[in-house]
Amino acid sequence: MENYLVAMAVFAGLYGLMALGLNVIWGMTGMINLGLVGFMAVGAYTSALLTVRHAHWPMWAGVIAATIVSGIAGAVVARITARLKGDYLAIVTLGFSEVVRLVASNEIRFTNGTDGISAIPGPFRGEVAPATFNLIYLGIVAAALLVVYLLCQRLRHSPYGRVLRAIRDDDQVTSVAGKPVLRFKTEAFAIGAAITGFAGALYGHYNAYIAPEGFVPLITIYIVLSLTAGGTGTNAGAVVGAALVVAFMEGTRFVVAEIPGLAAVQVAAVREFMIAALLILVLRYRPQGLFPERHARHATPDTTP
Amino acid sequence: MLSHVIEELPQLIVNGLVVGTILALPAIGFTAIYAVLRFPNFTVASHATMGAYAGFVANVWLGLPIVPSLALAFIVPALSGLACDEYVLKPLRRTSAATGPMAAAIAAVALTIALENVIRFVFGNDLRGYDLPVYRDWRFDLGFAFLRVGPQQVENAIISVVVMAGVFTFLAFTRTGKMMRAVADNPSLAGIKGINAETVARLASLIGMGLVGVGGMLLGLDTSIDPLTGFRAVLTVFAAAVVGGLGSIPGAVVGAMVVGIGEELSLLVLDASYRTAVGFIAIIVVLTFRPRGILGERAY
Repeated sequence: MENYLVAMAVFAGLYGLMALGLNVIWGMTGMINLGLVGFMAVGAYTSALLTVRHAHWPMWAGVIAATIVSGIAGAVVARITARLKGDYLAIVTLGFSEVVRLVASNEIRFTNGTDGISAIPGPFRGEVAPATFNLIYLGIVAAALLVVYLLCQRLRHSPYGRVLRAIRDDDQVTSVAGKPVLRFKTEAFAIGAAITGFAGALYGHYNAYIAPEGFVPLITIYIVLSLTAGGTGTNAGAVVGAALVVAFMEGTRFVVAEIPGLAAVQVAAVREFMIAALLILVLRYRPQGLFPERHARHATPDTTP
Repeated sequence: MLSHVIEELPQLIVNGLVVGTILALPAIGFTAIYAVLRFPNFTVASHATMGAYAGFVANVWLGLPIVPSLALAFIVPALSGLACDEYVLKPLRRTSAATGPMAAAIAAVALTIALENVIRFVFGNDLRGYDLPVYRDWRFDLGFAFLRVGPQQVENAIISVVVMAGVFTFLAFTRTGKMMRAVADNPSLAGIKGINAETVARLASLIGMGLVGVGGMLLGLDTSIDPLTGFRAVLTVFAAAVVGGLGSIPGAVVGAMVVGIGEELSLLVLDASYRTAVGFIAIIVVLTFRPRGILGERAY
């Protein structure tokens, strides 16, 4: 049970990281990303391929490479669509995640196809008891989350972050104010994608095994739900939201198991349905999330004589 | 190499035309909804699957022939599409002018996963097939190449062409069709002329998702169906709509043909499992060089 809770905490941390990444893209800059799981997969595969399948880089180098590669992928996707309406970005990102899964499934020589990659190294895995490994990894993920959180806070309150939020609220006005909107959008998207890929790499090293069917669109829904439930625009919201989403996901596991007479496939269907429905309900009834972004507004001075 | 290409070419082009003709229906549905409602309704994936299963129930469980089954494959997703837009997506589009359409796009992805799981709950993950008479393929000797055509393929393509002819007649000659085009073209001007945009929006969801459902069943007739049937086709449908020009109905047909034939021709150089990636590459190329697509208006 304790192991289970620690594992869930690790997953909450990973979703928290990805929600922070989405917050840079969607919460701060107002760009849609429906292909988050694609960037997560790019990160997970990059690090796994470099540390076990095609080379034996140390883990830290694999994770850094994963972050850079997914950042570049994000920059390319954003650069192509940044001038166009958000609808195109929605279509391209959704398509991107499908193509990543397709390539991972079919480039058998490169990625081992649908069999996936196993024996991905984890820090001290095999040298310590599994429970200790879990705790060590929780420490690593917590530290990573803290660092990324602080960086995102810095980003948000810096002049750079102010430009991003200005673009979100009105990109024409920002452009008139002399900001290179296209460059800011591309960079913000790349930063968000890099954070997502970083989390994906950490996921691979924790799980020791990755396969294409692990990177389905439902994961994107988890991440969007984490950010939306916590509060779009706020970094703390992204982290708290991720913890709540993991708790909810695991909660449904126990609740649905209590319903008598369901086949395994039906149990899975009910859980996926509940998670998708929860996102729709949150978007509808609590779009600002639990921790709404506060806008600093100054009271209009009373000028009546 | 060259003689090999010449031998393969007629067959690939014929296959591409058949695939493109079938693909055109969901692409028209997607693009028509975009033209009127101004957001990408990603529930096309689950509504195509829903059409395939509605047709399956009519064909296998109720024992109906293919054409009446197609009617059910139109009606069920049409009503579901209308209900989804009315009760789930429309309220979200209204929350704010700036982020509303994007919130609706996100919700549509969640909704499509929800609907897919409803289908999975009822039918399970097993592959299912339609009850079809088995025909022998027609073979033609072209002198330099052999051509094989399945009667079922031809029947599917003819059904698709008939449905498309119906759609174009409706849009070109009926009062309601003209209203729909007016709203797609210029919503505020249409409003001044007294056209009720709400009614037109409902019609767009109804007819659009109905077409997507018919397309889903036609895709299923070719192979077998499972809860991911629609999701696997969705990238190709987006590609058809974007290549043709998002929001343009003739564009969706042209785009479907281009993508359908392109997918088949890619078999000359690529592995068959990469067929759907061709659609994505087409999207990227079009958005880089001509974002408004072949027949679209503007993309920014």
